Amino acid sequence: MMRDYAIRYGFIVLLVGLIAYFAVAADGFVSPQSAVFIFQSVAITGVLALGVTATLVVGGFDLSIGSVATSAMMAASYAMVVLEQNAIVAVIACLVIGVIVGLINGWLIVYMRVPDLLATLGMMFLLLGLQRIPTEGRSIATGMTMPDGSVANGKFSEAFLALGRHRIDFFIPSLIPVSVVVLVVLAVLIWFFLEYTRFGRMMYAVGSNERAAELAGAPVKAYKIWAYVISGVFASIGGILLAARLGRGDIASGNNLLLDAVAAALIGYAVLGAAKPNAFGTAVGAVFVGVLLQGLTMMNAPYYTQDFVKGAVLVVALVFTFALSGRGKR
Amino acid sequence: MGADAVFHVEGLRKSFGQNEVLGGISLELHSGEVTVLMGANGAGKSTLVKIVSGVYARGAGTMRLAGEAFDPQTPAEAIRAGVVTVHQNINDGVVADLDVATNLTLDRLSGKGASMLFRPANVRAEARAVADRMGLTIDLKARVSDLSLADRQMVAIARAMAHQPKVLILDEPTSSLSSAEADRLFSLIDRLRGHGVAILYISHRMSDIRRLADRIVSMRDGLISGAFDKKPLDYEGAVNAMLGRKIHLDRVVARSSARAVFMAEGLQLAHGAKPISMTLGAGEVVAITGLVGVGKTALAETLFGVRKPLAGTMHMDGKPYAPGSAREAIAAGVFLVAKDRAESGIVGGFNIERNISLPFLKRMSSLSVMKKRAERVAARRQIDELGIVCRSEKDELSALSGGNQQKVMVARWMSQASRLFILDEPFQGVDISARRDIAAKLRASADGRATLIFVTEIDEALETADRILVMSEHTIVGEHRNADIDLDRLLAEVAGGPFHSAA
Repeated sequence: MMRDYAIRYGFIVLLVGLIAYFAVAADGFVSPQSAVFIFQSVAITGVLALGVTATLVVGGFDLSIGSVATSAMMAASYAMVVLEQNAIVAVIACLVIGVIVGLINGWLIVYMRVPDLLATLGMMFLLLGLQRIPTEGRSIATGMTMPDGSVANGKFSEAFLALGRHRIDFFIPSLIPVSVVVLVVLAVLIWFFLEYTRFGRMMYAVGSNERAAELAGAPVKAYKIWAYVISGVFASIGGILLAARLGRGDIASGNNLLLDAVAAALIGYAVLGAAKPNAFGTAVGAVFVGVLLQGLTMMNAPYYTQDFVKGAVLVVALVFTFALSGRGKR
Repeated sequence: MGADAVFHVEGLRKSFGQNEVLGGISLELHSGEVTVLMGANGAGKSTLVKIVSGVYARGAGTMRLAGEAFDPQTPAEAIRAGVVTVHQNINDGVVADLDVATNLTLDRLSGKGASMLFRPANVRAEARAVADRMGLTIDLKARVSDLSLADRQMVAIARAMAHQPKVLILDEPTSSLSSAEADRLFSLIDRLRGHGVAILYISHRMSDIRRLADRIVSMRDGLISGAFDKKPLDYEGAVNAMLGRKIHLDRVVARSSARAVFMAEGLQLAHGAKPISMTLGAGEVVAITGLVGVGKTALAETLFGVRKPLAGTMHMDGKPYAPGSAREAIAAGVFLVAKDRAESGIVGGFNIERNISLPFLKRMSSLSVMKKRAERVAARRQIDELGIVCRSEKDELSALSGGNQQKVMVARWMSQASRLFILDEPFQGVDISARRDIAAKLRASADGRATLIFVTEIDEALETADRILVMSEHTIVGEHRNADIDLDRLLAEVAGGPFHSAA
């Protein structure tokens, strides 16, 4: 029984304990502003993590999410700064990129029979290169010089920047950033989709026993491709939020997105002893990583220890899932 | 006869926990003879093979090879002593990414006296010697993954023969070969027999057995149930000994049906197989029986739309029926409880309720949102009706016994009404009481639909069906009404006797 409780509530207890510890040890950790800051810091990786959760549910994996996000960021910047388009065009361009990459990933995996890790790894490298070609490797900002010598005079529209910077009044004026709202809305959407709709149910069946799902009449290939499209679209939404926060197309940003998002999704396996990918767990996992980093930062831990701590937490979470519950996949 | 036996097994026993799998097996193999071992699933054939090849330790009994005690602790020891096994799964016997030459000499890369360096020229020369001895005409530089299954099989056997064994065990070697490929294998086996190797050949295929056997040994429930070495060999006796004949008194009262639900005409399952025509009526339970590998699963999958027939047409309720997928079959009211529930039925992450509702999510949702109450109600009804032993409908399937897991699989497809209900080996790995429950439920609910079950064991057909069809070599060779059955004729048909002069 103890063991059951440890598996079920272990990670939640750990999260609460962590918050309690930081509340005592770090001044100002417990405040609405601090909480909002944590959510803001995990908004982008959280959105990516929710997307990758969809591919994990069907028994796949998507390593290209980080580069989809940065490609979307560069595309949004290019659309507004170089092509002088408005916010709506920029957002649509990003979403289209997400859909296309998802379709290609799904096609490679389902029809070309490339293993999921390798297909999306290849796609990751392809996109990392592709996003640099239009500007010959330069970052995109208003006033930049284009390869042909002309100067790009477009700029980020206010409406677009608001996605990353505007704060909504919530009891306290200017408290909640739009990106956090986007995260919460997407989290609720994907949670509802996976837990309560027949499509989500069948996606879990595909991930657990593909042949059984097929013999139960499910179009397994379509489900798998859809999972990668969801992942691509969520990653491109993450890219939109990133571009809106930075206000430029920064070639060097977004390095940590993949690690953080994958960590959040995998930590999610351990939440409430689910032992399977799930949207609620992923959201908790993202918050967990955010709390940890915010707390460490406020206690003046050096920035270079952060990746180590994240990695260690991930390993512990995976032990929780696979060893203790004994329900992990063979 | 016993004097020249090269390999003796005496009183071999093996148990796994409480479960006795081998209850005292005695067997002799003679040099230059092919001994065929027949047995239904679960008879203990593979356990016997694994003990002889050193994979399992035996519980009791003795083994002697060429007069000396044979007691292998590992597969490698068995091979060194001269007992070599080619397992059923061809790809276990070869390394797909290496070329033929390396595969043929693979066993010399490790073990005592193996050279540290890999010298391609030496390997080629050695491989050439092995290939020549076997009369193998495969390009030694070809990668194994580029070879056909038959060629891989040849390589696996040649690799085994490189050890110059006294005893060669072949475990269902033709199960994935075409008949032309099998012919090549048979001539290889003839050559080995000529070299004086004692061969133990495990198979269900009557055509193989007729072609090769010098002796036949039948196994049933962990015991030798018959040994046949008088020419001409008594094939029907061997099949009979393998399947047993424990007819129960609670025989069914055969019904006949007036109204046809399903019709197939000229359905051809394999190249060279005779086409199948059959009619299934409303309210009747029809069993198709036959040995493993005669195309029962192929027929089940064809009816369910996951396999395309080479020729022929099907009709449901008089309308043309040509399903392109399981989805289309289900929509037409054709349901299949597939063979091997762990592989193709059970969704491990789901509880009983979710496993039952799986094919009918659309009917159990409104605006695509699952109606959890409807799911629960359906699951509870099925648990009641089939007597599934569980704590609640939220139990994971891993917590259930094999019989109850199978009941859940049947419950899944009985939770909605079907026109044609197909069950492929529904009693495999199921205890006797669960088997009775399922059979009774199938018969009690049979009204209005056609029910078709595929079983290897004749007993199961006799216990469940109104009509029994016999399959052999991918076609139907006999039909019996389950009342005053002529069992001798049925067994002859299963053995593929008078109807087919096998190769």
